[in-house]
Amino acid sequence: MPSALNKLLLFIVFTTAFFSAPYSLFASDNEPSNDLKTEIKEYISHHLEDSYDFSLFSYTNDENEHVYIGIPLPVILWDEGLQIFSSSKLHHGTSVAQVGDNYYKLDHGKIYKTDALGTLTYDESHHTINAAPLDLSITKGVASMLLIAFLMFWLFKSLAKTYSINKGVPAGVGRFFEPIVLYIRDEIARPNIGDKKHGKYMSFLLTVFFFIWFLNLVGLTPLGVNVTGNIAVTFGLALLTFVITNFTGTKDYWLHIFDPLGGSMKWYAKIPLYIILIPIEVLGIFIKPFSLLIRLYANMQAGHIVLMSLIGLMFIFKSWLGSPLSFGLAFAISLIELLVALLQAYIFTMLSALYFGFAAEEHEHH
Amino acid sequence: MEKLISEFSVGLFFWQTVIFIGLLFILRKYAWGPILTAVNDRETSIKDALASAVAARKEMENLQSDNQRILKEARAEKEALLKEAQSTRAQLISAAKEEAQAEAQKILSQAQEAIQNEKRAAISELREQVGSIAMDIAEKVLKKELENNDKQVQLINQLLQDSDLK
Repeated sequence: MPSALNKLLLFIVFTTAFFSAPYSLFASDNEPSNDLKTEIKEYISHHLEDSYDFSLFSYTNDENEHVYIGIPLPVILWDEGLQIFSSSKLHHGTSVAQVGDNYYKLDHGKIYKTDALGTLTYDESHHTINAAPLDLSITKGVASMLLIAFLMFWLFKSLAKTYSINKGVPAGVGRFFEPIVLYIRDEIARPNIGDKKHGKYMSFLLTVFFFIWFLNLVGLTPLGVNVTGNIAVTFGLALLTFVITNFTGTKDYWLHIFDPLGGSMKWYAKIPLYIILIPIEVLGIFIKPFSLLIRLYANMQAGHIVLMSLIGLMFIFKSWLGSPLSFGLAFAISLIELLVALLQAYIFTMLSALYFGFAAEEHEHH
Repeated sequence: MEKLISEFSVGLFFWQTVIFIGLLFILRKYAWGPILTAVNDRETSIKDALASAVAARKEMENLQSDNQRILKEARAEKEALLKEAQSTRAQLISAAKEEAQAEAQKILSQAQEAIQNEKRAAISELREQVGSIAMDIAEKVLKKELENNDKQVQLINQLLQDSDLK
């Protein structure tokens, strides 16, 4: 059975990462506590950002050097031609990467073009002013998304397959996912979009729900992936909702925006009202998806910050009372985050369906 | 806000969009389409099965009531038949009885008549025989009486004497 093997592999990866990651990251006992605090702070902000390699954990060795354990990922840059190289060349920003005739350096999570010595120049507000090439690297986040995409494809393809094999009855893991698929159809899509039109939005709703949910869950594993807490990702997702909403908008949808009062008033009476109403309605088109992207981003970001801070507290307290307490808190927050992971996916899907419902609405004309 | 914009990674946005749209179309073709079709098919088949079960039950009830009715009718018919048969039997018996009585009466009267006739015949025959016997006897007696002349004369005399002409 390949699925049993996969499960075992997944289990091993997760458990080893779980037991090794937090301890190796924070177990720098000999340093004074002030340094530990800044290290934890730095680690958290570093974790919240995307990175160029899939780091599992890092530690400081006897020579006071940071050793990173992880998988290097491809860096893809567009700098007068495509530049592809392994992220191991960047050495986590400690040295300059030479690719052909170009030199690149990693600084605060971004790749800049430098000279052979790796000189970085800053402006007065401490922003790097070196040229930054267009960066299309397969980062940790992209790799996680690819992983989730393959997982979803495998999972739901096999679910679809069981229907044909098993005469319309799901088998195995499909028994768990089928009710969720049905829930999205019956409780999210149908009530919000309507019985007639929900079909064409189902694929998006299902994909976005499972995509966000799985990425949220991966974010809770000690692999330390923070994809849905990244504004670029939530922006991309909300943009799709925005595009689908407005491209499938019916005449009634646009009429509702540009003529919200309809035939209930004489046209000359509507003019002063519409000076205010139409800009509000137009703004609403953008605010709706914007709220989606901010909500998901902020929730996941905040969850990660709280959880990691609580884990960090264990190493700051280092006492019989404080550490177990913060462990308990971190455990409780983890459970809540597990719920939040599902809830945020649900809210995103639900609100997307609601907006699609506005776009698809067709009511009899007054 | 400024930090958010400066942190915005174009690469991540690009890949996210590419991966998501790719995933969306692939899943639509290979997963969501078949899954939703299968689920819909199953739902309609369940609905149909339920409806047909209800219809079957209704039919069954109809059939049952039909059966009951037929049974009742059959029972009534049987009873009627039985009753009829009984009355027919009684009728037959009484008719037969009457007929037999009449016949017996008839035979009896015929027999009586025959007896009467026979009796009459026998009586008349007896009368004739007795008459002839009496004539024979009288003849014989007369013959014997009148064997000799003396006697004949004596008798004539006596008869004449008896007859006494006046």
